[in-house]
Parts: sequence; structure tokens; C-alpha cells
Amino acid sequence: MLEQLTNGLAIGGIYALVALGYTMVYGVLKLINFAHGDLFTLGAYLGMTLLVSFGLAGYLPPLAALLVMLLMVMGLVAVSGYLLERVAYRPLRRSDRLAAVVSALGASIFLQNAIMLFYGPNYETYPDLLSVTASLTLFGVSIPVMRLVMFLASVLLMLVLYLFINRTRTGTAIRAVAADQGAARLMGIDVNRIIALVFMIGPALGGAAGVLLGLYYGNISFNMGTMYGLKAFIAAIIGGIGNIPGAMLGGLLLGVLEALGAAYISPVWKDAIAFLVLILILIFRPTGLLGERVAEKI
Amino acid sequence: MIRRAAHQLRRYRARSVLGPERYVFLAEWRNPPRSGPSGLGLSVGLSLALVTMLLTLPSVLGLYWTDLVNDMMIYAVLALSLNVILGHCGLFHMGHAAFYAVGAYTTAILATRFDVPILLTLPLAGALAGLFALLVARPIIHLRGDYLLVVTIGIVEIVNIALKSNIFGLTGGANGLLILNPISIFGHEIVSPVDFYYFILLILAVTILLFYLAQNSRFGRALNYIKQDELAAESTGVNTAHYKLAAFVLGAVWAGMLGTVFAAKIETVSPGSFSYAQSVLLFAIVILGGPGSITGVLLGAFLIISLPEIFRDLQNYRMLVFGAAMVAMMIFRPQGLMPPGRRRYKVGQFLGRFPAGAALRRNKQLEGADPTALTDPADLPSLADLANGEGKGR
Repeated sequence: MLEQLTNGLAIGGIYALVALGYTMVYGVLKLINFAHGDLFTLGAYLGMTLLVSFGLAGYLPPLAALLVMLLMVMGLVAVSGYLLERVAYRPLRRSDRLAAVVSALGASIFLQNAIMLFYGPNYETYPDLLSVTASLTLFGVSIPVMRLVMFLASVLLMLVLYLFINRTRTGTAIRAVAADQGAARLMGIDVNRIIALVFMIGPALGGAAGVLLGLYYGNISFNMGTMYGLKAFIAAIIGGIGNIPGAMLGGLLLGVLEALGAAYISPVWKDAIAFLVLILILIFRPTGLLGERVAEKI
Repeated sequence: MIRRAAHQLRRYRARSVLGPERYVFLAEWRNPPRSGPSGLGLSVGLSLALVTMLLTLPSVLGLYWTDLVNDMMIYAVLALSLNVILGHCGLFHMGHAAFYAVGAYTTAILATRFDVPILLTLPLAGALAGLFALLVARPIIHLRGDYLLVVTIGIVEIVNIALKSNIFGLTGGANGLLILNPISIFGHEIVSPVDFYYFILLILAVTILLFYLAQNSRFGRALNYIKQDELAAESTGVNTAHYKLAAFVLGAVWAGMLGTVFAAKIETVSPGSFSYAQSVLLFAIVILGGPGSITGVLLGAFLIISLPEIFRDLQNYRMLVFGAAMVAMMIFRPQGLMPPGRRRYKVGQFLGRFPAGAALRRNKQLEGADPTALTDPADLPSLADLANGEGKGR
């Protein structure tokens, strides 16, 4: 039971980090960024390249190497997110929602195949940086170090984001744009800049999640972004889309539910659990757990 | 802001000068009354040539290309069935492969376990797929745009997982089922690609005819109205939930029957043929071809299924180009390659029914104008125009 719980929390941390990207973009643009899952994959592959090809692990002690790599990956994926917004979403800011959604799907297919052409269609093995098998005993329960690192890293990143959004001037501007774009513009906020910023923060967190996932499972594939992306989006809906603490809660909750479901129901049906939860949430509480009641009917 | 306001004021003034009949004048000015029959625009000779060409196509193409054309036609019919939901009704439905799967598996299970003749399973496959659609769509039919999209992706994923896990011990797991008995019509077995060509061509022709009639029926107009403005449709008495559900069921029934054809043609059904990726492909055919337009969807199926085959050497890059093309299309031509033409009605057809219209018609007759001139409803003011231009102007 506790074993499943820690596993669920570790994976849930990943879902939560990716869900933050969805929920922030949805908050400001009312758009499902389908390519977000593939930016997550891109992060995982870039991390692998940095570790293996650039031999980052050779120069530095493991934890420092991990930290440096995480920061570099976050920067690179943020730039990709910015480019994505410029090319695929900004020209569609004023067109109808279907066009933007289809463009997002197209961008997702493009990114996924670009990664496949560059890295090949097979599973890639992730370098074993933090000796995945090591574990330590806490309160009589043996917890793998990797799970602890993952959980702590994702919570730390979420905390930084939360403080940034709630305590800084730029964070206030992001919230203002999400609440009312027109009014934010009248208050002198450069809306384009804020949207670009959101498209950098979200993917940066998603990229970091990709690296953590690669380290955790030890292998990655070019099309893993689709499933993780969908589940993270579901996590965002569970928490209440557009709501930042909601995405964190939804991610952790979904991770735990999945781990428990895989253990006690059937591992085959693991992937179906998220979608069942989604349908139930949309029927009974469409605004999500933490979402406020909105006039707009879902 | 100021420029916009000035523009609206000018527009308002232009209208008020023209007086109450301005809309008909404007409409005539923009669309002069057309003469001659409007329709598909095919002359008798041209259609005869087209039919002859279609009937002789397999002998020209050879087996390999005939088989490709068969695939293309199957996708075309599937995309046409999705078009009812996505194109006409504007519901973001990305789970069409699930309905298709229900049909194909119905046929496969009945044919392998109970030795039912394949052709007999066709209506059953359609009915079961329709019932399935009714059951799953009922609780989610009220969902808005992208929420519906994610839930329908969820449905296709759940169906896929269920098939893979050999649900009820019937679906054969990840390997699927092998069908050995062919379709037989009056003792003639349909086996070769050429046989299938004529069989699928017949289905395609029937589909096009029925969907053409449906899109111009009361049902089709209701779906279009929902797509344009759901709130307005509901407030004028269109039962939106009912029509949306009907669109889902019609699309699913058609996809289910195509599942039978697919199962008979490919001889094996396995979960891989009904994945999320297949749904995306169908979605893309409708969106890129022209949602709501039958010719557009046919063109989309032709381009998306056959172009990659023609450029086989570039196979690795085809999905890359496909993704980039989707983005580019949405930026430069979001309405699709061949969007549907505007609906046109004769003004006189409706004028007499409403008091204001009758008055307008009398005036027009006094002036000697033709009251039955063609006009385009899109040129008449919309509610939004009235609210912006007129309401605020006063």
C-alpha cells in the first residue's frame, strides 16, 4: 500500500509539473496546447543528449550534474515553447477555437516526428545517474531514493512557480491576463509578452518533468508525450483548469489513483483509469475540484 | 478603439440611409440573381463520362493501385460519417475510431464464433455502433468544444484498452481476430481487390447521395444552425441536445457499417487499426478537406491517403510534413481546401410567411422587382451586427 502510494506520488509529481503547463496556457488563451506533451518528450531527449553526448556526468558529481542539466534543459525547452507560440499559435490568436486546436495537433505531430527522425524510433536508455535501485528506510518503509528526489524536485519547482505567480509583479500580470485580457491591456500590461512568457514557463516545467521521468523509468520513447500529455491535461481538469494549485493537486491525485488502480484492479486497465476519472469529473463537477464556479457553461 | 467606433458609425449611417428594404437591395447587389439550375453543376455528358471512368478504373490501375483506391474510398466514407458530427454539427469529436472498432469487432466476433454470413452482420454492426454512440455520447453531449475533444479521445483510448485486454474473452487481445469467410452476394464471393472496388464504390455512391440529401434536409439545417450559434438555435426552438445526439448516432452507425467492410477486406481486426492515431487521421481529413463539404472531404481523403503512397520515398518525412501542413492550413486557409458553399434560398420562398416579410414583398412587387430573386442569408444582418451596429447606435 505505502509502496504504491510513494510510487503514485512520484509519478503524480510528473503529471502535476506537466499539468501546470496546460493549465497556465489554458488560463491565458483558452487553448489546449496539444504540443505540450511533446515538449515534455523533447525535454527528456535533450537531457539524455546533455548527459550522454556532452558527458555532463563526467565533469560533475551526480547531483550537481543533475541540477545543471535540469537548468539547461529547462532553458532549451523554454526557447522551443516560445518558438512554438510564435509559429503555430500567435497567428491564430483571433481565429476560432477549432483552428487553434487543429494547429496545436499539427504542431504536436510535427514535433513528435521531428524527435523521431532525429533520435530514431526505438526506446532510448537513460543514463543511470542516481543509482535508481538505491533506497533508504523511513519510518520502517523502504523508499527508493529516486522517488524521493523526484517528488522533492517537483514539489520544489511547483513551490517556486507558486511564489512567482503570487508574489511578483510579473506573476500578478500573468494572473491579470488570465482573468481578463482586455482589461489587462488597458492597465498597460504587454499581453503578447505575458503570453510568450507563459509559453516559456510551462514548457520549462514540462521539460524538467521529462528529465525526471527518464531518470525514473530508465528509458524514453519519442511518442510517450501523447499519453503523458493527455493524462496531465486530465490532471489539470481534475484540479480545475486554469487553476494553478488545482493542477498540482490534480496531478498528485491522478498519480496515486493510477498506482492504486494498477495494483488493486488490473495493470492493463491502468491507462483507462485517467479517462474514466475525467468522464466522471466532467459529469459531476465540471469545474474541477478547486475550480471556482464560472458563468460559462462547460 | 476610436477607429473602430468611427467605422461602426459609418456603417450604421449607411444602413439608415437605405431604409427598410436595404437588405434585399444589398443582397442583390452582392449576388446578382443567377439563372439556370444550381446544383452539382454536372451536365449529363460529363456525369456519363465520370461514371464510365469510375467503372473502368480497376482495369487501368492494376491490382496494387486498385487496392489503394479501395483504402482511400473506405477512409472517404468514414470521413464523410465523421463529417456529419464534426463538419455539419461542429462537435469536436476525435473518437471516431471507437465506433468504427465496435462495428468491425461485431462483424469479426459474429463471423468467427457464430458463422454468421458477413453481409448479414452489416446492419447489426451499424446498429451496435449506433447504440454504443448513444450510450457514451448521452452523458457528455452537453460538453463544450475542447472538453468534448478530450473526452472523445478518452473513449477511443478506453475502447482500445478494452480490446487489447481481451474483454469478455471475445476480442482476441492484442492479436485480434482472423476472419476466414468472405462476403458473398448471391453466391458471388467478394475476394479480389477488383470485387471490393465495385462493392466499396457502391457504398461510397450511396453514402454521398444520402448525406447530400441529409445535409439539405431539415436535419442538416438544424445541425448547421447548431454549429453556427448553438444558443440562437436553442432559443428558436431547435432541440440542440437531441440533434447533437442524432448526429453522433448517424455518424456512428455509418462508421460501424464501414467497420464490417474493413473487417471483410483486411481479414483481421486488431486493436492497432482503431487507435487514437486513426481518429486523428480522420479528423485531419475532414478539417483539411473542408468541414461540412462533401466534395471537400472526398478531396481530403484523396490527398491524405494517396499522396503519402505516391511519395513513398519520402515516407519518413510524411508525418512531419503532415503536421506542418496542418499548422500552415489553419493559418492560411482555416476553412479547408474546399469549404461548403453558402446556403442559398429564394427570398420569396420565406417572405410570405412573416408579416414584415409580406409587407416587404408587397412593396417590392409594387416597384416591379422580382421577389423570388436569389439571396444569401449570410448577407442579411446577424444578431451580432444588429446589436453592435444598430442597438448601440441609437
